[in-house]
Amino acid sequence: MERIRSSEITPEHVYLSRRRFMRLGALALGSMALAGCGGQLGDVISQRAAGDSSRPQAAAEDNASATPDVKRDELGNPANSLETISTYNNYYEFTEDKEGVAQLAANFKAEPWKVTVSGLVSNPRTYDIDDLRRKFDQEERIYRLRCVEGWSMVIPWLGFPLAKLLKEVQPKAEAKYVRFESLLDPAQYPNQGPFSLYPWPYTEGLRLDEAMHDLTLMVTGLYGKPLPNSNGAPLRLAVPWKYGFKSIKAIVKIELVAEQPKTLWNTLAPHEYGFYSNVNPQRPHPRWSQATERRIGESGRRPTLMFNGYEKQVADLYAGMDLQANY
Amino acid sequence: MRWLRANWLRALVHLGALAPLFFIVLDNYRYNLTANPIQEITVRTGKAALVLLVLSLACTPLNTVFGFREAIRVRRALGLYGFMYVALHLAIFVVLDYGVNLQLIGQAIIEKYYVIAGFAAFLILVPLAITSTRGWMRRLGRRWKTLHKLVYLAVPIAVLHFALLVKSLGSRPEPLIFGAIVLGLLALRLPTIRRASSALRLKNRSPLPNRAQGSRAD
Repeated sequence: MERIRSSEITPEHVYLSRRRFMRLGALALGSMALAGCGGQLGDVISQRAAGDSSRPQAAAEDNASATPDVKRDELGNPANSLETISTYNNYYEFTEDKEGVAQLAANFKAEPWKVTVSGLVSNPRTYDIDDLRRKFDQEERIYRLRCVEGWSMVIPWLGFPLAKLLKEVQPKAEAKYVRFESLLDPAQYPNQGPFSLYPWPYTEGLRLDEAMHDLTLMVTGLYGKPLPNSNGAPLRLAVPWKYGFKSIKAIVKIELVAEQPKTLWNTLAPHEYGFYSNVNPQRPHPRWSQATERRIGESGRRPTLMFNGYEKQVADLYAGMDLQANY
Repeated sequence: MRWLRANWLRALVHLGALAPLFFIVLDNYRYNLTANPIQEITVRTGKAALVLLVLSLACTPLNTVFGFREAIRVRRALGLYGFMYVALHLAIFVVLDYGVNLQLIGQAIIEKYYVIAGFAAFLILVPLAITSTRGWMRRLGRRWKTLHKLVYLAVPIAVLHFALLVKSLGSRPEPLIFGAIVLGLLALRLPTIRRASSALRLKNRSPLPNRAQGSRAD
């Protein structure tokens, strides 16, 4: 057997960097074909995801230098644009097509609007949307929204903590859960027609302590303006540590109940969409991983954070709970 | 004009099969690929691939059961265009979606069933695409036909791949529709159905042999 001279063996660092080089080369070649041509894909490719190890934090920095006054979440992630946020929506009452919602929602009647808060409360009330806007200070919260489908955005919501509203109606001791209900109106929602395959109206639920958590926001606006119809005007929920479908839109009814309420997605596919639906990279959806996500506006993938990055604030709510079983 | 009359189906196949790609390029420049362009082109190439592969499966029964012989002439083109979109679909997933991050891709293959199914369908289609040329047909002889029966496996797996990634099958029946069509196309290949239909056609046909007629009126 011929001896291999040590000078012929590729040193490890060269070998590793060569591999890295090849990876970058493949990436560059593929991307160049598109980026070189420009257009929308070219733009996205130039925004690599922060989770891409070849250029950590690239997206945030790129955006920072380009637009210094962009809004950011507490982790430094730039917010998506109003246009992106209001034209890419899962709002199945209109259509299952995310890009089709904005147009179909254009003539949605979000005023006048009433919300009933009832059930196990000492002080049941019906609010006009304007009452809510006036009564509770509207504050901006820049939250990450992680969709169960594997994409995410950063959104500057305007609203008030649900806790403030609940304190006013005074939940009774037996109240353990909060049940939310969306508008049922086939005249306005094309997909609520007689052939719809969904058990409308859309319903969601939270445990009372989750509902009382300061992060849980009743949303009335976006980017300092009234909420666009496509985002669930005039009133929606934002629960940033849970998958996006928990943040119910166009709320007409809030009910305090003793038993865990039924929710639309949980009713449709109980094994796939649990009642809690906390963002959890270690708990894959039965058919796909939840370990990574695509931030809208970037190419590549970001690692998904436990409780969507709100672990410090909300982990206590689930102390001692098996999050694999209670997904 | 005469060329077109003789080759209208081929012209239609080439135009139709390239249209999805044309619109992706067009919409790229018109910034019309939605807020999530990577997802959009993934879905578009995936659907184009599936439709073309299903159409390629339809060619044989169109000939054997319905006597539409022209269909056989476009079968290879449909299959190859289908494979082109499969390859694009995979390239988008590997390069644009996962940034050639092999570790993340490995993890995705393990955790996402639909990735396994999609990749399996791709691997089955690779040898079929390679051996689609006349030269390989000659070299493989009778084995060529056996090999290309693998498409009966690849297309159902591709449909499964689609079914595994929709949010809830009960409310989004598209993959089920594809599945039913594929099942129907495979059923039309059963010898009993083929024999029955050709017997029926022979009965309706004039006694003259087909070729002498110039055009077939059946």
